[in-house]
Amino acid sequence: MAKYVTDEVLKQIGKAGEARTLDVERGAIRRFAEAIGDPNPIFNNEGEARNTRFGGMIAPPTFYRSLSAAIPDVKIEMPAFRGLDGGSDWEYFEPVRPGDRVTVQTKIADIRESEGRLGTMVIITTETSYTNQFGRLCALQRSRAIRY
Amino acid sequence: MGKKQFYFEDVEVGSEIPTLEKDPTTQQLVKYAGASGDFYQIHYDKDFALKNNLPGVILHGALKNAFLGQLMTDFAGDAGWLRKLSVQYRGMDQPGSKVWGKGRVVKKYVEGDQHLVDCEIWLENAKGEKTTPGSATVILPSRRA
Repeated sequence: MAKYVTDEVLKQIGKAGEARTLDVERGAIRRFAEAIGDPNPIFNNEGEARNTRFGGMIAPPTFYRSLSAAIPDVKIEMPAFRGLDGGSDWEYFEPVRPGDRVTVQTKIADIRESEGRLGTMVIITTETSYTNQFGRLCALQRSRAIRY
Repeated sequence: MGKKQFYFEDVEVGSEIPTLEKDPTTQQLVKYAGASGDFYQIHYDKDFALKNNLPGVILHGALKNAFLGQLMTDFAGDAGWLRKLSVQYRGMDQPGSKVWGKGRVVKKYVEGDQHLVDCEIWLENAKGEKTTPGSATVILPSRRA
């Protein structure tokens, strides 16, 4: 029997947050690459990146973390709980480039509970899509937030 | 660039991915907080971290995700493409302690005109503990294509 994840709670699956459209700046990509310590010229140097098959700079795979949209609120009756970041699954379809306008939207993809070393845990999976100005899906991120 | 380009034919199941060494500092955590917009204080405020029963400031999970992203975009090279990347956070890492990104090929296969390589990947600390295990799929160029 589910302790916290009731049928009522499950109705929140599919709930979507408001979409946000963001401009991708060259400087932001470069600063992100510098922050993570990745010297790859395709993320740092337009001149060198032009000589690659990408034809110019692109964003590193987790740059999308800096483009966030509202995360839908998930209501679960639980005594005071703590939160943990359970990790992410990414899929990449197309590069994001400086000057792109990316629309970001997060929805609740799954809510489940399981027994683990922390006792009863509720795992909320969100799915965030990143779509460019041509309507093409560039990346998908599925993230797991754990409440225990 | 300047790095070796791997081709599909160069790797076999069991092949190791070139190791990526990272030496995170508190300064890097502050830079990452600014660049990503994640300002949770456990990543830069030692007093706050200690009050939250942590041993001190700890690395952002997403920064470790970024290290594994670098491991895989280096492996894929300019002619390849990182198609999938998964990470789980199992253990904490602190600035001032080196971590190593490692991995090995677990499967290679062709789908349509794509030459795909699945890898088991992880971040490992100086004790050899895998604090951040994961998996990845890259598309590599083929010498036959």
